[in-house]
Amino acid sequence: MIHQDHSVELRPKLVGKRVKRTEDPRLLTGVGQYVDDMAPAGMLHIALRRSDQPHARILNIDVGDAFSVPGVVAIYDASDLEGEIKPAIPASRMPGYYATPIWPLARGKVRFVGEPVVAIVAESRYAAEDALEHISIKYEPLPFAIRQVDAAKDDAPLLHEEAGTNTIIRREFKRGDVDAAFEDAAVTVKGRFRMTRKTAAAMENRSYLAEWDSRKQSLTLYTSSNIPGVIRDVLSGCLDLPGTRMRVVAPDVGGSFGGKGSLYGEEILVCALARKLKRPIKYISDRLEDLSATSQAFDELIEAELAVTKDGMLIGLRADVIGDVGAYSIYPWTAALETVQVVSFLPGPYRMEHYRGRIQGVLTPKPPTGPYRGVGRPSSTFAMERLIEMAARKLGMDPVEFRRKNLVRAEEFPYRTASGIIWDKSAFQECLQGACDHVDYPALLRETDKARKEGRWIGIGLASYAELTGIGSRISVAPGMPINTGTETSKIEIDATGAITAAFGISSHGQGLETTLAQVIVDELGCKLEDIEIKHGDSSLVPMSSGTYASRSAVLGGGAATLAARNVKAKVLRAAAYLMEQSVEDLDIHDGIVTSRNSNLTMTIKEIATAVYTQMGRIPRDQREDLTASETYDPYLGTACSSTHLAMVEVDPETYSVKILRYVVAEDCGKIINPMIVDGQVQGAVAQGIGAALLEEIVHDDQGQAVAASFADYLVPVASSVPDIGIVHIEADLPNNIGGFRGMGEGGTIGAPAAIANAVSDALSHLGVSVETLPVTPERIFQMLRSKIRPLDASPQP
Amino acid sequence: MSEKTITVSVNGAYMTRTIEARTLLSDFLRQDLCLTGTHIGCEHGVCGACTVILDGRSARSCLTLAVQADGSEIETIEGQGSVDKLGRIQEAFREHHGLQCGFCTPGFIMAITDLLRHHPLETDEEIREALSGNICRCTGYENIVNAVRELAKERGPLE
Repeated sequence: MIHQDHSVELRPKLVGKRVKRTEDPRLLTGVGQYVDDMAPAGMLHIALRRSDQPHARILNIDVGDAFSVPGVVAIYDASDLEGEIKPAIPASRMPGYYATPIWPLARGKVRFVGEPVVAIVAESRYAAEDALEHISIKYEPLPFAIRQVDAAKDDAPLLHEEAGTNTIIRREFKRGDVDAAFEDAAVTVKGRFRMTRKTAAAMENRSYLAEWDSRKQSLTLYTSSNIPGVIRDVLSGCLDLPGTRMRVVAPDVGGSFGGKGSLYGEEILVCALARKLKRPIKYISDRLEDLSATSQAFDELIEAELAVTKDGMLIGLRADVIGDVGAYSIYPWTAALETVQVVSFLPGPYRMEHYRGRIQGVLTPKPPTGPYRGVGRPSSTFAMERLIEMAARKLGMDPVEFRRKNLVRAEEFPYRTASGIIWDKSAFQECLQGACDHVDYPALLRETDKARKEGRWIGIGLASYAELTGIGSRISVAPGMPINTGTETSKIEIDATGAITAAFGISSHGQGLETTLAQVIVDELGCKLEDIEIKHGDSSLVPMSSGTYASRSAVLGGGAATLAARNVKAKVLRAAAYLMEQSVEDLDIHDGIVTSRNSNLTMTIKEIATAVYTQMGRIPRDQREDLTASETYDPYLGTACSSTHLAMVEVDPETYSVKILRYVVAEDCGKIINPMIVDGQVQGAVAQGIGAALLEEIVHDDQGQAVAASFADYLVPVASSVPDIGIVHIEADLPNNIGGFRGMGEGGTIGAPAAIANAVSDALSHLGVSVETLPVTPERIFQMLRSKIRPLDASPQP
Repeated sequence: MSEKTITVSVNGAYMTRTIEARTLLSDFLRQDLCLTGTHIGCEHGVCGACTVILDGRSARSCLTLAVQADGSEIETIEGQGSVDKLGRIQEAFREHHGLQCGFCTPGFIMAITDLLRHHPLETDEEIREALSGNICRCTGYENIVNAVRELAKERGPLE
């Protein structure tokens, strides 16, 4: 930062600067504190016996001589917790929905392989795992339908009899007369798209530690959650403890990507057992447990059809989607979060009058699906952007030109999509242009043509999308969900030493919010960056918070920080005005120093704080006010974040492996707080999207067993799987919220699968195949080509 | 349970402990020595979060028994630098934003320590290949590659 003189007009701002992260030193030196790094005296460990059956009645649990293992303290099944806890109910006002109750240990039945049944508590994890082997559970296997198309049938075996059906969600979005639009259409294209099941695979597995304070009869849960406030609120009900006796803290958290953004039964369990045994209880998931029991993603079957005029204007879209929601609806988002967003975002950033999107969410004996970076939109963008490219090809039109014709234009905002989402003004067209300019699109087309003539399988693919970020109280993040996700609170305090603490309920788990929120406060309050401590991830800091998810923390946290900082600044200036005998209007603060337009007098924030708090009589009693403020921000509506991705890939004609040759993202995330962090988010999210497009897949076989049991089976991208990403930032009109920020943490995973699917389809276009299932692995390419080349002995695609 | 007394040098300090013979090196470092900077990400040797340097070469501490390290020299993230004085690799990671959640970071830094000592790292392709034994879910690797490129350039060609 350049230190300039303190003229009132010339202020170097921190927002927009590449400020190095304040959280880095502790994380780089190994002294960060993740849950598993905590070891209070007397701590016990839990190991869980999980179901090896997809659907079965529990007939008998025999602990055998498990207690003979040295160090074993207690063994529990669901019956031991009866009357001590209440289940969490993922409620929703959606008609026809059934909220499956969430218990920590299976009661009566198991409903997926990996569901916890028995908890062993021991002095060490080693001992607890030794004891697991002594437990035998007798099951009566029950019939089940593992595939969503079968589970949706009327005569399918029921997973939750109380629901009376496996289809716990139905929703339809409709505008205009879509069937008539199809009758008039010059060109129609359709596909059956499938984004297979994924898992977030954060590097830190889910980790929980509960401590019971016998003195205060209170619980503290340390959790790897990214929604500690929501967890506190629900546990307060499950354990019947008021918020004063139930505190939830998320310390350093090793990534989430959505996987740690819901309540887990193990969180209820460690709390219940810490209270029962009056000792600290720790449960750390291992990677197998993570792959088989952390919430999973996507898994929709999307049958979609697009109608276009002969001039290439979109007129109608109709889609039927079956979402495989797994065995339970998750708290608080419900099984509608992922599924309903697929049909609400399917029309994308395009102008289109007629639409019908129908979704059914179906229970199957698999781990629940839940939030995953991008929620719904990676699937919907994949389906829609494939249709866009298919239609452009059929019309003989360049896909860029086709998109340009149909993307909502600047003068059309705010635009209400066919599903009812309102896009505020964002750089839809400019992002498309920006991506094309960055790679010199015409030159890239020529390069591709030339390479093809040499026999190489090269293709270009694009994806344009918009997402709704920073959602306020006008709409719920998940449909019909009864909890508020539209506000966040910031509490800023200057203490007697002049140090500044800013507390938030949101919970940074890699986003660098300790740095970016401090940047926002520095600009608003005029203090020094190093004088601010950002506290977050602790339910005791603010009255209510729903956490960090859905690209909301910069918008809502940044907005709340701005309001609170302005408020505190006003108090500092009022005190300064009295102490300096100046009028408030003539004062300003920069770099921690209050200056006046009309005099050479200056005071530091520290001097003012000392005067306010510790020097009796410096300020008259009736004018003295604490230098603190708490403000809650509600952006009411959300704001659109738009982007175009462009990928160039090469498929190896011998191994069918896909190599990404070029990749560019052009995006409009509004005002950028820290370009270094924004670029890092884009790069990381694109890498995750590349994983979804080419590598990652959770597979359950016909017996309901989870096939991906380690990182050797569930392949996530490594350094050699990912190219350098070209990034173009387009700052168009700023959104109408405080600060002008748009949320941008999820975008990369939304655009990348679609862009890569389009590029691979383009590379294989001479062979007449179309990518409709992701990941497009070498095996899938082999199967697609085999069915084209030798249709007679083709077998169905896996 | 059979027990064994082992002595190791960790970041230059000798430590003697009596442990169960089956104790993993990762658990030994984290639980017996309270050096929790070494993280455990998968426990089957794929992710590299638990990487330490064992007698001069990088090793997966989750696939190594502590008793195998008896008499050995171990380097962990705690030996690289401190909050008020970062080591060179740590500084490069901070400058290039080579970390987000920080969980995989100690493993990367230890792996890179070994790579800088033994690997030519002359091209981006070589750097990416060399880093592909460690998984990072946050960064997309580009900034880690940038940091390593700078460090390799600073080091110069291997002798």
